[in-house]
Formats: sequence, structure tokens, C-alpha cells
Amino acid sequence: MAHIREALAGGRKLICFITAGYPSPSLSIAHALACVEGGADVIELGVPFSDPVADGKVIQFTSQKALEGGMTPRKVFDLVREIRESSDVPIVLMGYYNPIFQIGEESYVQLSAESGVDGLIVPDLPCEESRSLAEHCRARGLDLVQLVGPTTSAPRMAKIAAASSGFLYVVSALGTTGTRSSFSDGVGEVIRRAKGSAGDLPLGVGFGISRREHAEAMYREGADAAIVGSAILQGIIDGASPDDTRKFVHDLKAKG
Amino acid sequence: MPLKDRTRFGQYGGQYVPEILMPALEELEKAYEKAKRDPGFKKELNEYMRHYGGRPTPLYFARRLTEKCGGAKIYLKREDLCHGGAHKFNNVMGQALLCKRMGKTRVIAETGAGQHGTATAMAAAVLGLKAEIYMGSEDIARQEMNVFRMKLMGAKVHPVDSGSRTLKDALNEAFRDWAATVESTYYMLGTAAGPHPYPAMVRDFQSVIGREARRQLLNQEGKLPDLLVACVGGGSNAIGTFHPFLGDEDVAFLGAEAAGSGIDTGRHSASISGGSVGVLHGCKSYLLQDENGMIRETHSVAAGLDYPGVGPEHSLFKDIGRAEYVGVTDEEALFAFRTLSEVEGIIPALESSHAVFAGMQRAKNMAKDQVVVITVSGRGDKDLDTVIKLLGVQ
Repeated sequence: MAHIREALAGGRKLICFITAGYPSPSLSIAHALACVEGGADVIELGVPFSDPVADGKVIQFTSQKALEGGMTPRKVFDLVREIRESSDVPIVLMGYYNPIFQIGEESYVQLSAESGVDGLIVPDLPCEESRSLAEHCRARGLDLVQLVGPTTSAPRMAKIAAASSGFLYVVSALGTTGTRSSFSDGVGEVIRRAKGSAGDLPLGVGFGISRREHAEAMYREGADAAIVGSAILQGIIDGASPDDTRKFVHDLKAKG
Repeated sequence: MPLKDRTRFGQYGGQYVPEILMPALEELEKAYEKAKRDPGFKKELNEYMRHYGGRPTPLYFARRLTEKCGGAKIYLKREDLCHGGAHKFNNVMGQALLCKRMGKTRVIAETGAGQHGTATAMAAAVLGLKAEIYMGSEDIARQEMNVFRMKLMGAKVHPVDSGSRTLKDALNEAFRDWAATVESTYYMLGTAAGPHPYPAMVRDFQSVIGREARRQLLNQEGKLPDLLVACVGGGSNAIGTFHPFLGDEDVAFLGAEAAGSGIDTGRHSASISGGSVGVLHGCKSYLLQDENGMIRETHSVAAGLDYPGVGPEHSLFKDIGRAEYVGVTDEEALFAFRTLSEVEGIIPALESSHAVFAGMQRAKNMAKDQVVVITVSGRGDKDLDTVIKLLGVQ
């Protein structure tokens, strides 16, 4: 269970999100590995879902295309196994709850663990609904990463941080995933509040981060890791090769 | 799991939403619980219901329809006579007053047939709130009149082009809007589904249908009905009809779902009759989905029933056998649409036509001293274009 935590120790880390199966299964693996070569410390692999309400247009689009291409939650485990053949980078699966519920929480966690997944993020499963999934994760040595956001009150923040493992996912702003040109002053406040609750659990900040300056700003506010998804995927939509992705991530990662 | 979870009906319901929305649900639950206990809220709502909404709506004995079917006496609960032309008014007025009490000035809503959107635009206009409505572009094309009505009343209508471009996708977009604006915006959910507290709150506001029907039938017949029939998409008019009779074990409940081209064709919206348990839009309930848990596209001639889920309380009713749910095809609904128009001079909404068909079928085989109450949840003016296209004018 320490795998993700160790990878994020020391701060200024980068978590890169790739939609599994977009633009094709093999290319999604190639882009994920390119992220690692570019300097990603953790890979967040998106399990495509038909109705991703927490995500913006880019992730929604890539998920839809991946599904149309035949990607399924079970096939995502095959992709993880393929990544494992050439990298031991920590992998977190980001996926909505219904496919997990259909496979069965216990089976899903077991399949995840067997394929080499290190943790899960379930964006529509607040901590009140995630108790049994958290138990299955604990039993199999997987992290269950919980989310907090600008509207999360101090008592909830403490409760959620205590329930989270691997890292605490701080949603930088109200809304869905997707790039933003600027961030409000509120982001510093939510990071500080999260830090107060998280203790030594690393903080990953996501939603809207697309440039190195954004990541640097998050680090300055106290984030241990910046999470970048839509910006990488937009590049791939626009035709970026894995080599382009590697360069993009390298630029994100480079110290300012 | 605790024995009784306040967010659930048996295993169904819950709060499966992004964390960003959880505080808003908590705030809504508190505000609703407080309003429920406040006689001032009840009084204000009742005044709007009566003087603005036209309640109580009649319970009409459909003599000619009864004669045609040749069995039980058929009564129609006339929600089509509610202001705005549908039962949607009941829920929206309650939620709009609640929104105002919570100090929020912007309201968002999703709509399928446009009835909920119209009701939302109406309540927003009368209370001075700003309304924005999400509607699938497919539904916009088949419900032009309602779109025009919403715009006339000052609401902004956002077309949704993702997915099947129907109600499910409008809900997704409304959730996304709410996540971005949760601090200033009230989400006016249109049916007894979604995350807690919506299913219970919407049911409570819609229970006025069943309470009135109960009182009216006791006055008119001196007895309770033998069978209540209502259409079920998300299921708000049905749960509002059924709920006040929950303790009356001799009163049977029948929900009419949209079987579209037939449940065995896969082109339908019958979540209970043709679905399985899953999680969508904040709650666990029966759903139309594939083996991987992806939500299936739906079909119904009635845009308001064209939704792949159903309110969680209906799922519980199904499991414990308190209610029965049957599929009614597009063709059968159109038959009922014509029949009720011809024999009673009442043009029902295509949604309600599903209930009318199911009620007529049952009434035929019941004794003449038995009583069936069918909720006509909306009027059919909005559907004339669709029906003309399908049946032509003869």
C-alpha cells in the first residue's frame, strides 16, 4: 500500500491521467508510458464510463471514443498488465461506481490487485458510500483515494482525510475536470485546509491544471503533487504522438 | 450498514455524487426538514397550490371509458388540469419556495418532455428566480412547444448534444452545472430519483395527488380504490399517487413503464421490467445498462418516460411486491391516447397514455363494483406534433 505514498514523497510530483483505450488500447499504453518517461510519478488510468458526470468535455469525449472502440472495465486490467511488463510506476484507476458495482466490489478489487493496480479513485463515491469498498481495498493492499473540494467543511475534511489512503485528492475548484486559464485565490485556501487535515498523507491537487506555472502555483500552496489530465488528452485528441506527450509532460515536470 | 439508513429505501437510494455536491445535499436536507416543520411554509405552499396552481384537481368518473372497458369503474385524477398542464407543478412549487428560503436566486433543471422545464420556468417567473433548463437536443426537436413556453417565461434553455441527446444527458449536464455553481445555484430535480434527499422530498411534494384522490374518492364512492395506476419514468407522479395509500393493504398499485417497441426488442425505457440494479445520477435503483455497467440508450414515444433509471422507492416497492410494474408499448400508449380523446374528450399526455392503457386493461377484468383510479399526469397538447407524425390526421 505504500507504493503511491512513496512515489509522492518529497513533493513537486506529477500525476498524469490517461483514458484507458483512447485513442486505441495500444496507443493509450504508449501515451501512459510516455508520461512516465517524461517524469510522471504516478499514472491515473481512467476507466471509461458512459455517463461521467464529474468530468468535463475532454474526458467525456475520450471516454466515449474508448467505449466505441470496444474498451470495457475488464479490458482495462489487461492494459495495466501490459504497462506492468515495462514499468513499475504506481497506477491508480479512476472509474465511476456503476461498473465496479456490476463486477462486484470484491472482484473488482481483486482483479485490480492481480493486474498490478495500486489504488482506486471513484469520483461518485463519497466517503459515506465507500466503506465496504474501502474494506475490500484494505484487504487486498490497495489504496482508496478520497476527494475533497472547496465546499468541503472542516469536519468533513478531517473525516475524509482519515478515510483516504495513498494520497488525498484536492479538487482545486468548483466544477468538473478540464483546463482552466486561471485559478481563484480559493485554491490556496482549500489546499491549506486539506493540509491541516491530511497530516503526512500527501496532497494531490487536480482539476484544471494544464501548465507548468499552474503546477508550480499548487506546489507553492503546499500540494505534494499536481494532477494533469485534460491538457494531456487534448493534445492526444489534436494528434500528439507518444513522443509529443513525453515532451509535454517533461515540460510540465521541469523545475521552474 | 445500519438497519435503517435515512438516505435509502431498503438497499436503494443513497448519495452517489461527487464530493463537491455533498455539502449542498446536506444543506438541502436540513432546509427541507426545517421547512417541513414550519407551518408558514406549508401555508405558503398551499396558497400557491390553490390560487396559482388550481388545486385540488378533479377526480373525474370516466363513465364512457368505464362502459367501453366493461369492468371496474374508472376514475381519472386530473393532474392535466394543474397549472402548466402537468403534475410537475406540485414538486416545482414546493422546491422553488424552498430555494427562495435558502436564499438562492438561480435555479437549474433538466427536462425530458419539457413539462418539468415548463413548470420550473413558471415557478421561477412567479417567484422572481433566474431559471436555466438543460434539455437534450433530440427532445427539443420533439417538444418545440414546451421549449417556446419556457423561453416565453424567461428561462434559458441549454440544448444538450452529448450521448443520446435525451433526458439522461440533460441530467448529466445539469449535474455538471451544479458542480460548478453549487454555492449559488439550486438544482430543481424533476423526479423522485437522484441522490437523497430528492427522492423523499419530491415524493412528499407529489403526495398531494394521492391525498386528494383519497379524500375525493371517499366522498364520491364512500370507499378506497381497489387499484391505483400511474405511469413510471422516474416515477414522481406514481409515487405521489401511491404513497398516501401505502398503509392500505387492499389498495393495489400498478406502475406503467414505457416498453417502447417492446421489451424484448431492447428499444424501450422500462427500467424495472427490463433492467437490473445499478447506480446512476446519485442513486442505486433499477437501471437499463449493459453487462459492463454502461448506461443503455432508451426509447419511448413519450419523451418524459425516456429515462434509463427509476426512483429508488419504486425499486423497493417492486422487490417487496407492494407495487406491480408492467410495460406498455408505444403502440398501446397511442391506442389509449386516441381512446381517451374519443370517448371522454380528454387528450392525455403520451406519458399518461401509458397509465391509461394499463388501467383500461386491468379494469376490463375487474368486477363492476370495483374502482380503478388512473392518474392522468399531464395533458397531450404538447404531443400533438408527435402524434400527427405517427398517426396522421384522419
